[in-house]
Amino acid sequence: MDFDGEIGGAIVLTLQLATVTTLLLLLLGIPLGWWLARSKSGAKEIVGTLVSLPIVLPPTVLGFYLLVALGPDGLGGLFGVRTFAFTFEGLVFGSVVFSLPFAVQPIRDAFEAAGERPFEVAATLRASPLDAFLSVGLPLARPGILTGAVLGFAHTVGEFGVVLMIGGNIPGETKVLSIAIFDFVETLRWREAHILSAGMLVFAFAVILTVSVIDRRARRARAGA
Amino acid sequence: MRIARLVLLAGLVPAAPLPAFAGTASVAVAANFTEAAKEIAAAFAKETDHEVQLSFGATGALYAQVTQGAPFQVFLAADDARPALAVTEGYGVEGSVFTYAVGKLALYSASADVTGGEAALKTETFDKIAIANPETAPYGAAAVEVMEKLGVYEVLKTKIVQGQSIAQAFQFVETGNAELGFVALAQVVNATGGSRWDVPQDLYEPIRQDAVLLKTGADDPAATAFVDFLKTDEAKAIIAKYGYGIDAGA
Repeated sequence: MDFDGEIGGAIVLTLQLATVTTLLLLLLGIPLGWWLARSKSGAKEIVGTLVSLPIVLPPTVLGFYLLVALGPDGLGGLFGVRTFAFTFEGLVFGSVVFSLPFAVQPIRDAFEAAGERPFEVAATLRASPLDAFLSVGLPLARPGILTGAVLGFAHTVGEFGVVLMIGGNIPGETKVLSIAIFDFVETLRWREAHILSAGMLVFAFAVILTVSVIDRRARRARAGA
Repeated sequence: MRIARLVLLAGLVPAAPLPAFAGTASVAVAANFTEAAKEIAAAFAKETDHEVQLSFGATGALYAQVTQGAPFQVFLAADDARPALAVTEGYGVEGSVFTYAVGKLALYSASADVTGGEAALKTETFDKIAIANPETAPYGAAAVEVMEKLGVYEVLKTKIVQGQSIAQAFQFVETGNAELGFVALAQVVNATGGSRWDVPQDLYEPIRQDAVLLKTGADDPAATAFVDFLKTDEAKAIIAKYGYGIDAGA
């Protein structure tokens, strides 16, 4: 059995990457989703479009730009470390950019679906904007935030193109699941490739099912309210 | 087809039927041979009226595709293992395997001076050294062999970043994300900038790059003609120009 570091290491690393990325996505995505849903600013659609770009752009475009942006002429040079490519931190950065729309969109939708009314009521009750956000907005948007977190996590787990281009295939640092599968296929070790691929298939099924269930429960709750 | 007919009907182009024997050979090419293959394909097209469609990739990935029915007719690998395997596994035509080029390894840097070779590797003033994936790419395996022979592999191990193919290893160095890297001499032999060290042949086993005619191309005139063309002096001159050795074992 080949359940040594190679497969196990890739799984652990992928879960670490997805967890850190998801936390950052929420930290970034909740305020951003709130602002995109409620701002009257004209810049909002521009920002919303920028956030959504990774849905349309090929991962190779992102990977290429990231490779340059993280390198000696970009962030790497700025911080005097030469490059952030080939590091876990670099992958986190890339993953946050790549998965941002998948986390932000459901959160934004949830805030938008809540409508103006609850916040007008909160304002009448003299709640500060922050207070309204915390005690009215967040609870109302909870299903959207949950969906955003699940999708962001899953999308990071499923990432391949960007990691391939900026990862450098370092075990324990950047050799994530999808890359390990690619390597197994290339070296004709299809047994291992099958094990990991089947695992991913089950995982993907579970994720989509989870999102559907969250969605249905949220809709039922709203209808009941 | 329909569009071609429409264009003809519209009288926009003169009807110039292709010679009846002209065909297109579909050739899978190891990434390191990209530039040479393009030039050979152009020369071949001029000489024979056949066309060549080139697909580039890592040898391992290309072979995996071959086993799954990829429509390649000729396979120019970066090693001698995959073409031999293709024959034993029944994808390649028996007796068609031959060495079309002998790959040479170079240490290359876009910014630092690596002409000292061994000394440059031992300075350890660099953070990252790029190589091709040694599991899948012969140039990567050769790079590891060189570092082992020089006794620096254990020290450098933590600094290694792997490209999925030698093309990506080169790209990591070229973009400056890795200060230096082991690349194919062919990739840098005609470059203007940067510095390089041609690794002495006694530090690694010759990288024999074999070609094999796949069964899908066995009866295809374009594919067989391309294989024959690879053995001509004209093709050999192009191959040598890109920094490859010609004879097996050279």
